[in-house]
Amino acid sequence: MKGWRELEIGAITEAGSADSYNTGSWRAFRPRWIEENCIQCLFCWIYCPDSAITVKDGKRGEFDYNHCKGCGICAMECPGKKGKKAIVMEEEGK
Amino acid sequence: MGKKLAVTGNQAIAEAMRQINPDVCAAYPITPSTEVMQRFASFVANGKVDTELVTVESEHSAMSACIGASAAGGRVMTATSSQGLALMWEMLHIASGMRLPVVMTLVNRALSAPINIHGDHSDGMGARDCGWIQLWSENAQEAYDNLIQAIRIAEHDDVRLPAMVCMDGFIISHSIESMEFLSDDVVKEFIGEFKPKNPLLDVNNPVTYGPLVLPDFFMEFKRQQHEAMLNAKDVVLQVAKEFEKVSGRSYGLFEEYRLDDAEIAIVVLNSAAGTCKDVVDEYRDRGIKVGLLKPRLFRPFPYKEVADALSGAKVIGAYLTGLTPLVVSDQCTWRLPQP
Ligand code: SF4
Ligand code: SF4
Repeated sequence: MKGWRELEIGAITEAGSADSYNTGSWRAFRPRWIEENCIQCLFCWIYCPDSAITVKDGKRGEFDYNHCKGCGICAMECPGKKGKKAIVMEEEGK
Repeated sequence: MGKKLAVTGNQAIAEAMRQINPDVCAAYPITPSTEVMQRFASFVANGKVDTELVTVESEHSAMSACIGASAAGGRVMTATSSQGLALMWEMLHIASGMRLPVVMTLVNRALSAPINIHGDHSDGMGARDCGWIQLWSENAQEAYDNLIQAIRIAEHDDVRLPAMVCMDGFIISHSIESMEFLSDDVVKEFIGEFKPKNPLLDVNNPVTYGPLVLPDFFMEFKRQQHEAMLNAKDVVLQVAKEFEKVSGRSYGLFEEYRLDDAEIAIVVLNSAAGTCKDVVDEYRDRGIKVGLLKPRLFRPFPYKEVADALSGAKVIGAYLTGLTPLVVSDQCTWRLPQP
């Protein structure tokens, strides 16, 4: 571990370093993606305050559970298909 | 050599800022420092400086904008007084914690209530422990000289801390006295070019300012700040030596006046020291060995050097400009024998 002699003064770090920390462990509820109900509208990606919806080639992928805080906004906003949500919130550890 | 002119303290500060020509100034007006930025704003309007002047809605915003501009990679200055400094308080710690060499003039004024626009030191004293270097000034000349030196001290690689130059409201800020200015070229050469560290505007090397640092590393960064403060003392002396070469005026950590053989020593900051020197002379004329010590570098406080300088005195009186309720007990007061 670096000490005060080696550390950059003022706690200035490389940009985007939040990506390398696991901050998803605070979660009490966990979103689950039900792919067959997903219409790929990407509302979840737009609304997620923690950039925890991965998107590749314009398509929604799995949740990034290292950064998802379980706020439930994505589940709330998800229109799903024919009245069936593509995201449901489930209690952690159950 | 520069010109000798009769100016107010605020004018002297504005003139120093014109010569320093900072990249950014963000300020909000407050008596008695208003005139500093008012004069400086006219320099900006008349194209005498290249400074980006940011007029903000409060002193909290002023210091916030200074922090942003400094992190972006600019040389940044501002000025304030009293409640203005109090409103900046939260951001003062951010500036020092991020190691941003912002330089600010504090035109000392009492904190309310009751409201008083005149100069006691409660504002500067309240900011003693914010991690800023503090230089205090007896008169306009010292304030001008200190401000120019503060740039070098704050930006020094061994320091990289914000610095505050204090001078008394009205007694100095609004009184006209004659003083000597350095020429623009001399100031420009003396302060040199600002070398930013990890500037946000260096888009090819993106950095994060102000990340979360928990107990595992927090003290490491505080230790760095502490070391920088300790380094500041030597840097202040080194910069003073160089300043003497260009100005002919010498500065130390503090000024001693007839202190060598003094049995009674008075310690006093800023403009009151000027008056006290006359009092010292009066008592000396009557054969009473009185001397004076006027701190210049107040943060970091040069404890050992001050203690050594006062070691010969039998009685030491510290005079506070402004009464901090209940801190000074009646038991501590002393009287000079009436001549
Ligand atoms: S629960 Fe909240 S944090 Fe997690 S993916 Fe959904 S919107 Fe993002
Ligand atoms: S909001 Fe729902 S339907 Fe839209 S992409 Fe996200 S999971 Fe799929």
